[in-house]
Amino acid sequence: MKRHLISAADLSRDDALLVLDTAEELAQIAGRSIKKLPTLRGRTVVNLFFEDSTRTRISFEAAAKRLSADVINFSAKGSSVSKGESLKDTALTLEAMGADGVVIRHGASGAPYRLANWVRGSVVNAGDGTHEHPTQALLDAFTMRRRLGDLEGRKITIVGDVLHSRVARSNVLLLDTLGADVTLVAPPTLFPVAVDTWPCQVSYDLDAVLPKSDVVMMLRVQQERMNAAYFPTVREYSRRYGLDAARMAALPEHAIVMHPGPMNRGVEIAAEVADSARSTIVEQVANGVSARMAVLYLLLGGSEPAIGTEVSQ
Amino acid sequence: MTDHLIKGARVLGGDPADLLVRDGRIAEVGTGLDAAGARVVDAAGLVALPGLVDLHTHLREPGREDAETVESGTRAAAKGGYTAVHAMANTDPVADTAGVVEQVWRLGREAGYCDVHPVGAVTRGIAGEQLAELGAMADSAARVRVFSDDGHCVSDAVIMRRALEYVKAFDGVVAQHAQEPRLTEGAQLNEGEMSAALGLRGWPAVAEEAIIARDVLLAQHVGSRLHVCHVSTAGSIDIIRWAKSKGCQVTAEVTPHHLLLTDAAARTYDPIYKVNPPLRTADDVTALRHALADGTIDCVATDHAPHPVEAKETEWAVAAMGMIGLETALSVVQEAMVETDLLDWAGVADRMSFAPARIGRLSGQGRPLEAGSPANITLYDPAPRRRVDPTSMTSKSRNTPFAGLDLPGRVVATFLRGEPTVLEGKLQ
Amino acid sequence: MVNAALRPEDPAGAGVADGDPRPKAVLEGPDIRRALTRIAHEILERTKGGRDVVLLGIQTRGVTLAERLAGALREVEGHPVPWGSLDVTMYRDDLRMKPARALGRTELPADGVDGRVVVLVDDVLFSGRTVRAALDALNDLGRPRAVQLAVLVDRGHRELPIRADYVGKNLPTSMRETVKVLLAENDGRDAVLLGPKGEK
Repeated sequence: MKRHLISAADLSRDDALLVLDTAEELAQIAGRSIKKLPTLRGRTVVNLFFEDSTRTRISFEAAAKRLSADVINFSAKGSSVSKGESLKDTALTLEAMGADGVVIRHGASGAPYRLANWVRGSVVNAGDGTHEHPTQALLDAFTMRRRLGDLEGRKITIVGDVLHSRVARSNVLLLDTLGADVTLVAPPTLFPVAVDTWPCQVSYDLDAVLPKSDVVMMLRVQQERMNAAYFPTVREYSRRYGLDAARMAALPEHAIVMHPGPMNRGVEIAAEVADSARSTIVEQVANGVSARMAVLYLLLGGSEPAIGTEVSQ
Repeated sequence: MTDHLIKGARVLGGDPADLLVRDGRIAEVGTGLDAAGARVVDAAGLVALPGLVDLHTHLREPGREDAETVESGTRAAAKGGYTAVHAMANTDPVADTAGVVEQVWRLGREAGYCDVHPVGAVTRGIAGEQLAELGAMADSAARVRVFSDDGHCVSDAVIMRRALEYVKAFDGVVAQHAQEPRLTEGAQLNEGEMSAALGLRGWPAVAEEAIIARDVLLAQHVGSRLHVCHVSTAGSIDIIRWAKSKGCQVTAEVTPHHLLLTDAAARTYDPIYKVNPPLRTADDVTALRHALADGTIDCVATDHAPHPVEAKETEWAVAAMGMIGLETALSVVQEAMVETDLLDWAGVADRMSFAPARIGRLSGQGRPLEAGSPANITLYDPAPRRRVDPTSMTSKSRNTPFAGLDLPGRVVATFLRGEPTVLEGKLQ
Repeated sequence: MVNAALRPEDPAGAGVADGDPRPKAVLEGPDIRRALTRIAHEILERTKGGRDVVLLGIQTRGVTLAERLAGALREVEGHPVPWGSLDVTMYRDDLRMKPARALGRTELPADGVDGRVVVLVDDVLFSGRTVRAALDALNDLGRPRAVQLAVLVDRGHRELPIRADYVGKNLPTSMRETVKVLLAENDGRDAVLLGPKGEK
């Protein structure tokens, strides 16, 4: 059976907890002098990046290497990927190389599903367009769990450009699976029209939500959204939806501040907030490697994947 | 020309009758007919329909002969029971001059599988800026009566108004592709629950409805005929129904795929389901079926849009929009409308032959199956169910969204002015 | 929480086959207690009073046994002996014969294993493959002065050149039999069961 991790919805509650528990064990490796396990010796993992994302690629690369997989980095950026053929042709090339796992980052929503039809290995979505980024959600949940314990009933607030955010989509799905209560906060223009069908609350008022939040996750806001009239000015956005020190003070004592990076300091998050003790931004990077090791191990370590979902043709 | 005696066909689904086809016309309709020398076609159990007429076909020639040609497209049309198709203008070069429309018309005549009526572009190069030479196309050998920038919306209100007015001179009709361009920049999928979940840029229903609302008001104001292409939303139906109630000369079409499929099909991100206008919700599908049944929507048009394999074997966002439909249209209409008791076969005959012929002002098509009519006849067996197999299509392209579905019915024979183009399910 | 389907052990112990379907207990609670006490004494003897000894139990029941051995050593010697747990899943050579499994915990005593005498503790010594995986795992965790092996049951049929330094009971078995160790902490009671192999 060929299984993949493309959407956070591919993970059942048991699957998600298995990934988090496994990541917890694997996190120990980072503290050892020999940061390596022989588990994926002889397996080939291809990092197929059609979009620039040094952070995510390095994270996956470190995860695969710590598990002793052979890693092939295929940066398709700059080659002619505007034509669709190249995704299929690239997939056929990977097939010829015998990739056991393909980690794909692509600018088009759903590209990993297309890829899964064309390769034999397991596909891991490392971010597709404005669709999903499930390993980011896993590392975020892992970070929250390490700071706050069980996520059941925890109040998680995600703030920013929900409409275009793959991080928000994956987090809403995974956190719902794990029993947390998610509230999305954004100006109305940055919500999808059917956001009411998602398993979460929606608010336009950040100040009303902060005092009840165990976690605040700030999303990157892109300047080009302003040109498309999603909001009038960056300054107005920052004033209404940015997290500054005064807003951070409204959070409960134990609450943490997260950001998937890269940050726009001074826009969605103030520098003093990003650098505060509540901020988990640096931890998130380290936790990313553990979460991705867990995913790669559970997908590729055994005779068949222990997590994920099949893709129908 | 061989005479044909069609024995025992259920004319428009009624009681069995015989039809004698002689010299390209229906010579006689009755029971127990006998004709020496005529080739007998056993039509027991088959439904006889007037040859189907498609108001909306992309034959791709000239320009994209890798996807379809006039010859391959009309062969596909004949297989699907069609005796006339309207060839859309968005070819390369665009059918915006008498020269191009006459070329397409001539290619259709040479192929001989069904009548090809070129649609003329409303604006030069379908760029939406300057009117094409509508009169020259109307006066050409192709006698163009339907004008459309299909693929693009005539979004400029002044250009649309002028076009509506101008075609009155030759009883033409402007077939509008209703899509407000600014509201659909980069749009990928019906805006709603699916587009939100899949992270595909939303294509709001209002982008279609706003243009239809404007155009029915314009058509009413200048007293012109307006035809609305591929209506896809429940809201559009409400506007058209209102306009008709006010006496506006508006007609509308719906595609087979919008009668059967919903945006949920996009879940796999297989661009075989990517089409313009996009697949909508189940509520829209229900509304479209009822509107076709009650006549608010006048006809079924395929929007047959062939694309080569590589245009669909891609990521969703870069894939071409469109689906082929000529060879499956009647089966889909049976599944969506007849099996659900929304239309009987007389209703199917109206929506797929009489009405589109009327809108296109075709005198020799969409005629009743009675003595004296041109012998454009489709014999259809509604009984068998078959799995749609793209590789068995006659079209040059394979992009059918119905692949793998079990659909009812099979076109057994198609007669074009007395000549069988299809017999026993095979092209002649 | 662990995905139940991934738990490798069959809690019922030996399965059922033809012949006597019921596994029989070859060791009961008191036998196990005596065996561990004897092993504790042997460790003290072989390691000159247990200085520098670190007990590392192999997940899952080896960890329980290591904890009990640490208790026995403390009773005899009067000072605590550091112990920890070792999960060898990621080092197993049969990893690719089943779906990926949940991991157990690896927890070393605070001072680690460098320069110490590590006694690996497991419940059953069979093919020797688990011990090989444990030696590999240990190699990534530090550099012990020496490594020894203590097992509750040695059932024979080695597939690798590995032998135990301390054995609670040598139990001759056939390949058609299974040996299952039950411990109160894990299973609710202490026993070693010998039964016919269940049908796959």
